Parts: sequence; C-alpha cells; structure tokens
Amino acid sequence: MEHVAIADQVHELHHPKSWFTTYIWSQDHKVIAVQYTITAVSVGLVALGMSLLMRLQLGFPDTFSLIAPYEYYQYVTMHGMIMVIYLLTALFLGGFGNYLIPLMLGARDMVFPYLNMLSFWVYLLAVIVLMSSFFIPGGPTGAGWTLYPPQAILTGTPGADGGIFLMLVSLAIFIIAFTMGGLNYVVTVLQARTRGMTLMRMPLTIWAIFTATVLGLLAFPALFVSAVMMTFDMKLGTSFFMPAILSMGETLDHDGGSPVLFQHLFWFFGHPEVYIVALPAFGLVSDVLSCHARKNIFGYRMMVWAILAIGGISFVVWAHHMYVSGMNPYFGFFFATTTLIIAIPTAIKVYNWVLTLWRGNIHLTVPMLFAIAFIFTFIHGGLTGLFLGNVIVDIPLSDTYFVVAHFHMVMGVSPVLVVFAALYHWFPKITGKMFNKTLGMIHFWLTFLGTYAIYLPMHYLGFLGVPRRYYALGTTDFIPESAQSLNAGITVAALIVGTAQLIFIVNMIWSLTKGKKAESNPWGATTLEWQTPDTPPKHGNWGPTLPVVHRWAYDYSVPGAKRDFIPQNEPDEEAGTSGSWD
Amino acid sequence: MIVTLAFLVVVAIIVVWWLLPQNLTAKPWLAHGPIEDPRPERDFSTAKIGLWVFLAVVSSVFALFVSAYSIRMEIADWKPLPDPRLLWINTGVLLMSSAAFQRARNATQREQLHGVRSSLIAAGILTFAFLAGQLLAWRQLNASGYFIYANPANAFFYLITALHGLHLLGGLWVWSRTTYKVFGGADASKIALSVELCTIYWHYLLLVWLALFGLLLST
Repeated sequence: MEHVAIADQVHELHHPKSWFTTYIWSQDHKVIAVQYTITAVSVGLVALGMSLLMRLQLGFPDTFSLIAPYEYYQYVTMHGMIMVIYLLTALFLGGFGNYLIPLMLGARDMVFPYLNMLSFWVYLLAVIVLMSSFFIPGGPTGAGWTLYPPQAILTGTPGADGGIFLMLVSLAIFIIAFTMGGLNYVVTVLQARTRGMTLMRMPLTIWAIFTATVLGLLAFPALFVSAVMMTFDMKLGTSFFMPAILSMGETLDHDGGSPVLFQHLFWFFGHPEVYIVALPAFGLVSDVLSCHARKNIFGYRMMVWAILAIGGISFVVWAHHMYVSGMNPYFGFFFATTTLIIAIPTAIKVYNWVLTLWRGNIHLTVPMLFAIAFIFTFIHGGLTGLFLGNVIVDIPLSDTYFVVAHFHMVMGVSPVLVVFAALYHWFPKITGKMFNKTLGMIHFWLTFLGTYAIYLPMHYLGFLGVPRRYYALGTTDFIPESAQSLNAGITVAALIVGTAQLIFIVNMIWSLTKGKKAESNPWGATTLEWQTPDTPPKHGNWGPTLPVVHRWAYDYSVPGAKRDFIPQNEPDEEAGTSGSWD
Repeated sequence: MIVTLAFLVVVAIIVVWWLLPQNLTAKPWLAHGPIEDPRPERDFSTAKIGLWVFLAVVSSVFALFVSAYSIRMEIADWKPLPDPRLLWINTGVLLMSSAAFQRARNATQREQLHGVRSSLIAAGILTFAFLAGQLLAWRQLNASGYFIYANPANAFFYLITALHGLHLLGGLWVWSRTTYKVFGGADASKIALSVELCTIYWHYLLLVWLALFGLLLST
C-alpha cells in the first residue's frame, strides 16, 4: 500500500531545528494539539468568567451591580459563541483530533503538516480578532450568539458599530482555520493508516472525529456564507437579510431582505454544529469507558453505524430551531419527525455505553467518573431535547429557561465532562506525568453535582415561564417569589462550580512540574497511542518502524490472555491466546 | 435549500460509494493479524485527495449561495440584471485557460517540458484576462446604474462573481509557484503533480462559473 511506504520514509518528515520551530512554529501534530488546547481552554475560562458575572446579576439583582444591561447582552453573546465555537469545536477537533488521529492510526504526523500549523495560527488570529472587540468603542456585539438580523446590525443593539463586524470577521477567519485543519484530519484518516488498520479496526474516537470533521467541512460554509452576506448588508447597504425597516424614527435604505433566510443558513450550520461537538465527545467517551471498565465496547459496529447515521441525519433537522420564526408550519412537522428519528441512533449509543459498563470490571478512576457522569447528563439533556423537538411543546417553552437548561445539559455540560475525562485520561501520555488523583476527585464531584444544582432547577423555572435573555425580572405577576430564591441558589452553585475549575488548572500545572512520572501505559489501554516507544511520544511518534495492527481496539479481558488487555499491535503469539471471542 | 440538499445527496452518494467496499459489516473482534485494507489498489496521491476534499468544501459554499439566491429571488423586489455581452467573452477566455492547463497536463505526460512551459504561461495570462474582464463587467454594470445596494439581484451578482474571482486568485498563487517550479527545473514527477492539481482546480472553477453564469442567464 502506497500510503504506508510514504509514512515509512523517515527522512520525508520535517525536522525542527531550533527551540522556536519545536515549540512555537511547529509542524508536529502533538505540539499543535497542545497549542490548540491551551488557547481553547484559556478563551473558555474567559467565557466562564462572563457567565459568573451574568449569574451574579441574575441571582442577586439588588446586591451586585457589576454589569450594566448592555453588558449582560454582550456577555450572553460572547459566552455562547466562545463556548460553542472557539472552545468546544477547537478543542475537540484541533486539540484531540490533532493529538489522537496520527497516534491512534499509527502515522508519524498529519499528511499536510505545514497546513496543520497554519490552521492553529489562523485560529489564534480568529481568537485575537474576537477578543479585540472588547477593546473597541461600543464593545463586543450583544446580538445573541445566533446573531439574527436585523437587530444584530441595528443601532441600539450593543456593539452594532464595530463589535458585530469583528465577530463576523473572526468567524470567517475561524472557518478558514478549521478548513485547513479539517482537510488534514479527513485525508490523514483516508491515507495514513498504518498496515492492518482497516476502517473497522479504528477506535471509535477516530470514527467520531472523522465524521464530525466531514460535518464541519460541509456545514461551516453556511456560517461563512451568512457572515459574508450580513457583512455586505452592514457595510455595503445590500438587502440580503434586511427588510424595510424604521429604526430610531428613521427609514433605513434596506428593503425586502429576508431575516428568515439568515435563520435557515445559520441553523443549516448550527444544527450540524451540535453534532460537530457531540460526536467527538461520543467517540472519546466510548474509548474511556471501555478502557476503564476493562471490557470491549458493546456493539462496536452499531456504534460506527450510529455515528454515520447521526452525521447524515444532522443535516436535515436544522429548522427545529425555527419553530417560532414564522416559517411555513408544515416545515415544522417534517423537522419534528427528523428530530425524533435522530434520537434513535443516539439512543443506541447510550444503551451501548450502559451495556459496556454492565458486568465490566469498573475502575472508578478520575477519567472514568467523568465518563460515567457524561452518560447521566447526556441522557438528561437528550430527553429534554425530545420535549423541545415537538412543535407544540416547543412553542410555549422556547423562550424560557427550559431551553437554557436543555442545551447546557446536552451540549455544554456533557461535552465538557468528556473534555475532562479525556484530558485526565490522556494527560499521562501527553505530558509523561501523572495528575494528582485526590484533586481530580474533588474537581469531579464539585463539577458533577454542581452542574446538576445549576441546571436541574432551570427546567422548573422554564415550566413556570421565566423568560430567558432577561437582565432582570423585576416584579412580574406570574413569576413567584420562590423563583427568585431559586435563581439565587443557582448562582451560588454556579460560583462553586466555576471556582472548582481552578482546582483542575492547578492540578494540571502542578502535575506537569511536580507530578509522579507516568508509565507508558498507566491505564492498560489497547489503542496505539499508548504503545509508543517514548512517553511523551517523540517527533515522528514511532521510532524506526511503524506499528502493525493485529486486532481491533477493544480486546479487554480476553479469556486466556496473559494480561487483561491486548494492545492493537500485539500478535496472537505474544498475547498468549488464540484471542478470538467465538 | 433544495440546491444545497441536492449537493449533500451527491456527497452522500460519494461517501457511500467509498464506504461500501470497506466492509462495514465486518466483525473486527474475530479477524486477527495484519489484514490488508479491502481496497489496496488506492492509487490516488494524498495531495489529490486533499484537493478533492477541498473542492467539496468550496462546492458547499457555492451551493449555499445558489440556495440563498433562489430563496431571495422569490421576494417581490427582485429585479433581474441584464446579461452583459462581455460575460460571454469572459466565459470563452476562462474556457481557453482551462484548455491551456489541460494542454500543460498532457505535455507533462509526454514529458515535453517546452510544451508545459508555454501552456502554463498561456493559462496564467488567460486567467488574468478573465479576471480583468470580470472587473470590466462590474464597471459597465456600475456605469449603467446597477449598484450593489440597488437590488438584491445586483448584490448577488457582485458577491458571487467576487467569490469566484477570489478562488481564481488563490489558484493563481499556486499557478505562480508551479510555474516557478517548472522554470526552476524541479524534477518531472513533482511538476506533473503540481500541474495536474492546477488543471483539476481550473476545470472545477470553470464548471462552477458555467453553473453560476447559467443561473444568472436563466433568472
């Protein structure tokens, strides 16, 4: 096979010559992965800080006056956009994708390393452009993360002068960065798998990241197109999205544009985006669960098919975000149906995770705790998704805290729990050090129980009809006094959870310098990245020869084997078993 | 969004065509040993696959613009543009530049370096001529009062032609590197690959232009 021959030529690899090209201007996928991760986590902490300021305002409106109403909208917007795009998308694909794809496939690097390096630097530029909107007159945009026109670019919306422009530019830059990275992830999976690594032997992490990248490559263009068209409306006076409008007593020059067109384009990106974030989480959590339960993943083939099915169906559910937009009501029927259909492959995955645990030899390590917690929060968020997927249930709930609770559970908390599971799981390989287990446990329990304390009551607030996006509720007849007490409680929980993340940061930094040295395969995992000759893996990953794959990624507790796991590159003779399950 | 969904169906068919021989029903827990891929005859170069994936992304962008175009067109204020005759000439020029790339590619296969050089230069000049022609068409429309903000049909015309032109400009950057390589005497296999990639890209952008031009003419 040609691709193996290419990968085996060590001299073809780019070799860094100085400290600068090793750690900064580096083409090594592992360094790029760490750069992506650190940038994404840093910007995520900023977004976390903004959410705490918002919670202080909501919980204790009379005690704190830290933020003004217009800042509240700016923080809502920036928090949402940063968390979804600049943290989760970048971290799962740029971070974990970059680190794990070549290592798990037995490749020396991505297929286009230079492009891969550019991808990170362009991503960093997107982050800088986004953050710079805090420092311009008028500040960042307060249009909400969906940036709906016409209000996003009208006077009166915070950041309508410069903030929205920088947001659109930053998104366009991000999409260019993502495309450069995404080309690498897809083509590396297609071309650089080592000998014996057939598609059906790939770990689910790779299947999931691969599918999510394909979704991203096809869906991000919709965001790009809408960002470009909105920029034209704003700067060149076109009327793609802008209808005839009277603003501040003045008739604007726009005429005839369709705000619903923007919503279609935005959600054509926006819904696959949910799965761009969720699928990598599904993949990573499958591998973590299987490894720490010392049991093969239940229904591997079904898991692969489910990933592909979810990827396909995710393109025909977008308008379930638009039931209240005024689109043709018959559309709602179609999109409610597809939404219920996509729940089937998703439910299959959930059953398979639970059945993987069943009668497994469960080790409650820190990554395992986070992975199990994910199953809880994901089921929870998924079920409320079934509520909201139905038009008649969605309409009364759509502008309430129920929606906030739903999407935070399903695509906030759940993926973030997987991020932690994965960071703790792969930390020993990435750094060569073990993290502090006690701090990890404290971090886990505060985060897991704390997020429930935050989001469970929000469902109730939603049923009461408490509207979202409000800076202060004031005195409203239908909202009882107790709702305000609940809001205060949520804020306290949010402050505790927010602060608990510092434990994680401290643990990572402390362990990096003072942590115990990690063995090369501390969890006894089967996948290739744990079988590298060096820990952390050196440039080129594999020493002189590439690994050869002899089995699938889930040979845990094979009867008769010498150990309770058989690495993918271990032949039957060494494993001490005929090794088959039949 | 019909156009975009149709495009996605095409992508899905390609994905399924690729996945089917990969034996997705295999039971990976049974078979052991370094088994080979079901499709060992993969003869595509990595760079070419990269280009095709990139073209899929670009197609997604254009399909979405066409979708937006057809949705926005339904609204009453839409006033179609006249079709400047210049666009026909530009189309011919782009067609010739694509043909010149094809000639360059054929010449690499026969290893006629001279033919590669002359065809590449011709292709580049023709592409620049196309871009200049597009700018001229913009000026003509502007001069007759078809400003970008005057009507959504105008806005779409400027936006889509600009985007297409930008893709050609990006292509010209690669073309300049390829030409530099060819005149600097790089080895034949590298030249052949670069020229082939450029040729695919130009044919692709020609097709996109024909589709867009057809859309402009028919509406």
